[in-house]
Amino acid sequence: MTTEIAENQALIEQTVRDFAERYIRPHIREWDEAQHFPAEVFHKLGELGLMGVLVPVEYGGAGLGYREYVAAIVELSKVDPSIGLSMAAHNSLCTNHILMFGNEDQKRQYLPKLASGEWIGAWGLTEPNTGSDAGNMRTVAVRDGDHWVLNGSKNFITHGKSGNVAVVITRTGEPGDKHGSTAFIVERGTPGFSAGKKEDKLGMRASETAELIFQDCRISDSQRLGEVGDGFIQSLKILDGGRISIAALGVGTALGAYEAALAYSKERKQFGQPISSFQGIAFKLADMYTDLQASTLLTFDAADRKDRGEKVSLASSVAKYHSSETAVRVANDAVQIFGGYGFIKDYPAEKFYRDSKLCTIGEGTSEIQKLVISRDILRD
Amino acid sequence: MKILVCITNVPDTTAKITFAESDTKLNKTGIQFIIGPYDDYALARAVELKEQNGGTVTVLNVGEAEGEPQIRKALAIGADDAIRVNAEPTDSYFVASQIAHIAQQNNYDLILMGRESIDFNSGVVHGLVGEMLGIPSFSPVMKLDIEGSTAKFAREIDGGKEYMEAPLPLVFGCQEPIADWKIPNMRGIMTARTKPLQVVEPVAVDDMAINEKYTQPAAKGECKMIPVEDVEKLVTLLRTEAKVL
Repeated sequence: MTTEIAENQALIEQTVRDFAERYIRPHIREWDEAQHFPAEVFHKLGELGLMGVLVPVEYGGAGLGYREYVAAIVELSKVDPSIGLSMAAHNSLCTNHILMFGNEDQKRQYLPKLASGEWIGAWGLTEPNTGSDAGNMRTVAVRDGDHWVLNGSKNFITHGKSGNVAVVITRTGEPGDKHGSTAFIVERGTPGFSAGKKEDKLGMRASETAELIFQDCRISDSQRLGEVGDGFIQSLKILDGGRISIAALGVGTALGAYEAALAYSKERKQFGQPISSFQGIAFKLADMYTDLQASTLLTFDAADRKDRGEKVSLASSVAKYHSSETAVRVANDAVQIFGGYGFIKDYPAEKFYRDSKLCTIGEGTSEIQKLVISRDILRD
Repeated sequence: MKILVCITNVPDTTAKITFAESDTKLNKTGIQFIIGPYDDYALARAVELKEQNGGTVTVLNVGEAEGEPQIRKALAIGADDAIRVNAEPTDSYFVASQIAHIAQQNNYDLILMGRESIDFNSGVVHGLVGEMLGIPSFSPVMKLDIEGSTAKFAREIDGGKEYMEAPLPLVFGCQEPIADWKIPNMRGIMTARTKPLQVVEPVAVDDMAINEKYTQPAAKGECKMIPVEDVEKLVTLLRTEAKVL
């Protein structure tokens, strides 16, 4: 890493830290308890350039790479993982899909609004009956002249209610055919497109998760992203990058839990000394730190590979798997170090514990990551 | 309008302060440095005034190379260029002399800085700079507008605010709520590296003060909880232990 990149990264981290301290930390508990999605924070993040981190300057973005993107997600997630999650979903799923596979007109129409934070984006692949088994999705798009008619539903969609625009993957061919799906851009307000119920979640409660419903939703062929039948292949490529962002989310979540536990262990006294002086706690902190270092290095390694234009399926799955599991383990240990105070909402460990679990599930479970990794390393 | 904003490079407000070299120096190990918070207000207002009235904002730091990340941040926030006087600041007179020397060469309309740094907190640099340049200085200024070649401003005084007008050039020590702190955006961060940062050597100045030794404040005593019905005991403790009555 050059000095220039290191200095820019440090300044980005400081900027995001300042932002999070001013606009996020004072509201963490309120948003969590009310399950409030703070859209205004994302508009502000847009002013900073954090809603179009990877989008080139010509389309109104910041024109930065994955290393800087990861650094920003880590810093946001360290304070409130649910804000980090929403920022990551907006950038690497909806916005990045249009950036990577949209034509020039689509990029000019949507990217400036998304990159500025004026619009919030959603991305729909998962359905009630198909998560990782996307080839058997039931949401269909049927061609009707110059239009397509969409029917079906998507669930567990980040910004499913508040998103101004969604990229939706639909089946346009036979079930199980990897060339049988196609992606479309659907704007909020399009007749036949509505939001279903907002999920009441264990964690990540300030990040909105809801259902997308399509009932005879008629959209122009100009809303199609790429070629007919490319939707599934496009999705895999989007998820390769998306997994790096969830790896960063895991690192930030773990870092927030670790730093809180470290500080508490130095302040909390039992038997006349800080609990950090007891080996039972000190060794736990050593394990947390070691796991965190490994996750951080894997995540930035995947980001650097992506920035160099290398294929990152393996690296992003490794990073996502390791940092997600680390987040859960570190948050669990943080609760244990806080003891009784880790079990109540007045202290930060409890929320990190709840938030961390999303990391091993979202954008491909840990089991799916192991499948990707094992298939790759066992390939002849 | 040419504005000079002087920034300090100080330990983060949450940093744990320890000393080194037999308690004669700050131990910088593990310390996160930031732009002085009051200087940050001055910088924010300078950028706003530039946006309103045109002109340029130059950032000046008297300090060593380790402070350059803070200078880059100031450039990312909106300053046009920067000057670093390559020296470890020894006392307020030294810092003021360096600022005055730079200002004499550049004819700034406004020289803004924080009302005080948050490390040594002397709060006299703006006054010294004004004296050295022969122009008025005011502090702590909490409101500032420019109309033509006149500054309209408010400063805090005992029991209220004092509203004043004065012709430029002027020196101001600033504090909140003169402006909201600015957070640089990503584009600002990327363009900051392309903005000029000039490093100049200091002018020779005799030390006017020597810091011989630093000590930590006394540790806080344990908190004693006195039941509300036991007021007499409270009064006795305030008289005999705390000795405040």
